[in-house]
Amino acid sequence: MPVTVKTFTNTHDAAAALSSDRSARYLGGGTLVMRALNEGDISISTVVRASDHAMTRIDASGSRITLGAGVTFARILAERDLGFLHAPARSIGGPAVRNMGTVGGNLFAPVPYGDFTVAMLALDAVVSVQGGLGGREISIDEFLQTRDRQTGVLVLAISFARPGSTDAFRYRKIARIKPKGGAVITLAAHLPVNGSRIVGARIALGSMAPTPIRARAAERTLEGRALDASTISAAAAAAVEGTTPGDNALASAWYRREIVGVHLRRLLSGQE
Amino acid sequence: MAKTALQFQHNGRDVAIFVDGGTNLLVALRELIGDMTPKFGCGQGGCGTCSVLIDGELHLSCLTLAETVAGRSVETLDGIKDGPNLHPLQRAFADNFAAQCGYCTPGMLMAAKALLDRNPQPSRAEVIEAISGNICRCTGYEPIINAVLAAASGGRARA
Ligand SMILES: Cc1cc2nc3c(=O)[nH]c(=O)nc-3n(C[C@H](O)[C@H](O)[C@H](O)COP(=O)(O)OP(=O)(O)OC[C@H]3O[C@@H](n4cnc5c(N)ncnc54)[C@H](O)[C@@H]3O)c2cc1C
Ligand code: FES
Ligand code: FES
Repeated sequence: MPVTVKTFTNTHDAAAALSSDRSARYLGGGTLVMRALNEGDISISTVVRASDHAMTRIDASGSRITLGAGVTFARILAERDLGFLHAPARSIGGPAVRNMGTVGGNLFAPVPYGDFTVAMLALDAVVSVQGGLGGREISIDEFLQTRDRQTGVLVLAISFARPGSTDAFRYRKIARIKPKGGAVITLAAHLPVNGSRIVGARIALGSMAPTPIRARAAERTLEGRALDASTISAAAAAAVEGTTPGDNALASAWYRREIVGVHLRRLLSGQE
Repeated sequence: MAKTALQFQHNGRDVAIFVDGGTNLLVALRELIGDMTPKFGCGQGGCGTCSVLIDGELHLSCLTLAETVAGRSVETLDGIKDGPNLHPLQRAFADNFAAQCGYCTPGMLMAAKALLDRNPQPSRAEVIEAISGNICRCTGYEPIINAVLAAASGGRARA
């Protein structure tokens, strides 16, 4: 069924158009929206686009990094300053999906997708959104917990602090088809170290709940500790706490619960 | 619903069409322009046979809103041969038995061209990565990988 396409040069007008029409959907790279349209999804009657350059801007020069919501994974892979994000960006789709899919669209991608968002959650990112009434910043954790209610807002950008060292940020996607395939589970960890102790540990999991979630029990086992064998074992044992994975064609909920601790152990001990 | 006028470059030639809102680029190319080289496999981004280059970058035409290519350059398999002469990649596919039913071939060739245009001497791993978004149900992939490597080592693949 034909839909109305509305393209705006500024994000205020695009946000107003989105918030005033429940059947309007923002088009990022379109890898999920166009799929829905091709399948005849009648809940979408208007497609909104914004051609504002701010949406595709990357600011990676300093210690705080900002990615416009329209930045594609291919652009991240082309940025040398974003080397620590190359593993999550490369883990998504094939080359065409990476040329098209965006950071903003990934925030809304349902299981088994949302791999980049798992990395963003581990980095405690902040999401800048523009609603009909104005703009605000919201923690990615809160954004994901209220994602169902975020339809109608326009995501402008996502920002986060650069990890202190290359070892501090780790990412692992478990997929059956390599190099391309949906995730069985996805894990990311940010382990800032003060002296030899971990301070402010973040562990994020994908495909272990309807949206990416933090493994808070595992984070607590790491806090204030050195990353030694006993700490890693405690974190691995706690990984499954608070998760609510589902069954899908890639794996059962049972399998996901069984392996999450195994892969967290490997991630934390730096094993391939 | 009103149609929208859309102009873009199709294989180096300016084209102008009218599209319904929501039309994808694959439908626009096949049904409105008559270029049957990009194929419809899934309409979901999963198979890659609809792959085209937009401003030189590999995209899935089934997941591209037609209106987003306004003023841009779209290259399809139809545009890669030079008159009656096959592109070196097409010749290598023929020589290496890289096509059986041929349904995946247009997408494979465009994915391979996207690779060789920016990396004329790829490694085997890079070829595998480059065609990882394209499904072939016939060849088992090996002849396709060999064909891309043969075209690259022929040194003529940038044509
Ligand atoms: C073959 C294939 C393989 C894939 N593999 C993976 C994979 O391995 N890992 C993975 O994570 N994903 C994967 N995906 C899913 C998808 O490509 C990615 O999640 C991508 O990041 C989605 O971004 P997009 O810009 O294309 O989203 P779109 O389709 O444009 O949008 C998706 C949703 O987000 C909303 N949205 C987009 N941008 C904004 C914004 N700025 N503000 C508000 N709402 C917005 C849209 O309205 C829509 O609801 C795959 C998809 C395909 C087709
Ligand atoms: S038809 Fe476009 S990816 Fe299958
Ligand atoms: S040759 Fe038949 S699908 Fe590839």
